[in-house]
Amino acid sequence: MGTSVFYLVAFLSIFFSLMVIFAKNPVHSVLYLIVTFFTFTVHYILLNAQFLAVVNFIVYMGAIMVLFLFVLMLLNLNTDNEPLKSVLVKVVGVIGGCCLVVTLIGSLKATAASDPLILVNPNLGLVKNLGKELFGPFMLPFELSSILLLTAMVGAVLLTKKEKV
Amino acid sequence: MDNITQNLQGVPLNHYIWLSAIIFSIGVIGVLTRRNAIVIFMSVELMLNAVNLLLAAFSVHNNDPSGQVFVFFIMVLAAAEVAVGLSIIVMIYRNTQSTDINVLNRLKW
Repeated sequence: MGTSVFYLVAFLSIFFSLMVIFAKNPVHSVLYLIVTFFTFTVHYILLNAQFLAVVNFIVYMGAIMVLFLFVLMLLNLNTDNEPLKSVLVKVVGVIGGCCLVVTLIGSLKATAASDPLILVNPNLGLVKNLGKELFGPFMLPFELSSILLLTAMVGAVLLTKKEKV
Repeated sequence: MDNITQNLQGVPLNHYIWLSAIIFSIGVIGVLTRRNAIVIFMSVELMLNAVNLLLAAFSVHNNDPSGQVFVFFIMVLAAAEVAVGLSIIVMIYRNTQSTDINVLNRLKW
């Protein structure tokens, strides 16, 4: 078995993320995105980052996906009548993305940091360890993120409120 | 859980970097080639997730829990971004009856 689980899941993530951007129907895109996020959760479990796996599962596959689906259904966009970009723009976009892949991988090959990933401390990603980190050195950013969430909530409510005519 | 962790041994760090680079670039291609604003948002989410995975991998590599705390903060940021962004999309749809980003090209001037 060995490392084949990682390569299988990595193949699935790449395949489903390709399906996200090439699916015609936006609802299908959202469903493929859910599967992609699930493969990311499996990656976190393979890295033994259990807290991140659970948070990824709840926040991304729960909250954010419900938000996306809700807006899609609310706006009645679940028909594939999206006006497509011209073929030229698509080809140029794909070529640009492939150039980005080649550049990133080529530049990282030069650094040659290819030693295998070994989990030294098996408690690294557990809730106890991360909680100590979060409420110790990262106390101020943690509290500030609650203000950020409050601001986002107020902003979303204000933006979607119908103005008085 | 020990059995799963055993499987981890031997995956080179480079392969995590390649996977993250490929998924990030897929997100970039999605932003460049799609016109539906909601699909563009999903591509941005893909890019954020690629960075999250890379941060988690490097956190394991350096045996430093700070990387996983950063992933947590990025998730908070993504949640706030999606809430505000989708409300902007709803507002645009109410005014223009579509989510086509080419309708919004008046923002250029």
